[in-house]
Amino acid sequence: MRDVAVIGIGCTKFGEKWESSFRDIFVEAGALALEDAQLSGEKIDAMYVGNMSAGRFIGQEHIGALIADYAGMATRHIPSTRVEAACASGGLAFRQAVIAVASGMEDIVIAAGVEKMTDVGSDESTDTLTGAADREWEGFMGATFPGLYAMIAQDYMHKYHMTREQLAQVAVKNHYNGARNPIAQFQSEITLDTVLKSTMVAEPLRLFDCSPVTDGAAAVIVAPLERAREFTDTPIKVLASAQASDTIALHDRRDISTLDATVAAGQRAFKKAHLSQKDIDMVEVHDCFTIAEICAIEDLGFCKKGEAGKFTADGETALGGKIPVNTSGGLKACGHPVGATGIKQVCEIVQQLRGTAGKRQVDGAKIGMTHNVGGTGATVAVHILGRV
Amino acid sequence: MSVARFWRHLPQRYNMVGTKCETCGRHFFPPRTFCPDCRRAGKIVEHKFVGSGTVVTYTVIHTAAEQYSMLTPYVLAIVKLDEGPQITTQIVMDPAKVKIGMKVKSVFRKIATDGESGIIHYGTKFVPVE
Repeated sequence: MRDVAVIGIGCTKFGEKWESSFRDIFVEAGALALEDAQLSGEKIDAMYVGNMSAGRFIGQEHIGALIADYAGMATRHIPSTRVEAACASGGLAFRQAVIAVASGMEDIVIAAGVEKMTDVGSDESTDTLTGAADREWEGFMGATFPGLYAMIAQDYMHKYHMTREQLAQVAVKNHYNGARNPIAQFQSEITLDTVLKSTMVAEPLRLFDCSPVTDGAAAVIVAPLERAREFTDTPIKVLASAQASDTIALHDRRDISTLDATVAAGQRAFKKAHLSQKDIDMVEVHDCFTIAEICAIEDLGFCKKGEAGKFTADGETALGGKIPVNTSGGLKACGHPVGATGIKQVCEIVQQLRGTAGKRQVDGAKIGMTHNVGGTGATVAVHILGRV
Repeated sequence: MSVARFWRHLPQRYNMVGTKCETCGRHFFPPRTFCPDCRRAGKIVEHKFVGSGTVVTYTVIHTAAEQYSMLTPYVLAIVKLDEGPQITTQIVMDPAKVKIGMKVKSVFRKIATDGESGIIHYGTKFVPVE
């Protein structure tokens, strides 16, 4: 297997993009990534596109071909493949691109992610997202996505006695970071009060515990490490790519508040890279809800089970803390265009490793991690990236 | 949910008919036709669940999907059935009184309506055991 490097990144601004179409946003992200790698489109050998549900959000399937077409590659007939794993679609698209290059099958590959969510009303988007869980035996019984994560939160708080304020601190911290990220959907800081007084969605989760509905696209370009310097002075090496699955329904899990797929993917990634938690300078985790960040940092091993609430409240996951978590603002503040999120996480870590993350820069960042979850933990992708 | 898709699972939704692996004795609800432990050595047969269990975790839904919005606030829970499997279900009760560990039993209830002229879906919910 060959070593693989990220040589270019591009990401649209995240938000409610009423003026832009699905096609507009992925073309924008792809062009930014090509420009970043100082590469022309003719050099691209293949594309992988993470997208959860263009079929429901805009009534369009066959996204692989559509994107290759509008990216101006129809006449070159390059292979273009859509990858779907609900909210982990982007992470899996990145992994497929890495595998394609590592195997020697392809040289220069784009991994993109895109979701246009605001062209349907909120009832329709809520229902579409429920398809990431078990439609027949969770959704039909009246479960919503916030409802499922709320049951994780209730189980967690019952077992470990985390306070409501500690949980809210996740959102406060991520909004602080989002306010320092020019592409973030939400650019303002919030207080504990903002979270604790927001509308109740599913007890104990309130509106400000939840990631928003977002339009956005992101793209990264990967190449063999040995060729990376043809395109960039700062190649970022992919040190590990890991993926794991688990039961589709939350109720079938061994432990409701542990994502075993996160544990498995995390352990595989650390083993592959010959690294441990203390080597990681910052991590982008999948905080679709505040409780998801709490579970993630424990299940990845950054703190002990049951201690993430205190760890967060003590500032250890903030910029300047022991392990900065979600410097981009996370899904909570940067926004969560489901298929694009996994790619955006890679873009953020690459910026940190290049030292170009501006006001949210982690000093001396050398190694970073991404953690992307599909559904309530039925699919997890973990990547470790490092400076060369 | 379309008529055929719903009708196909009437015994499961109305009467909690699940399955059981005779090789290892593990019960499945929702039903599975393949035992993850015994794999091809498993022998799957139908099993009607008693319909009693314990609340493992819960939430009170305040913002629901469209079909369920007339029910809010309602209790959604994961219940561990006495035979072993865990399911997601609604518990018909005062939301202020729900607790982890409480005993519940199954009841036949209306679940949702497909708009004003669509089919009415019935199924199983739970109530607290007095």
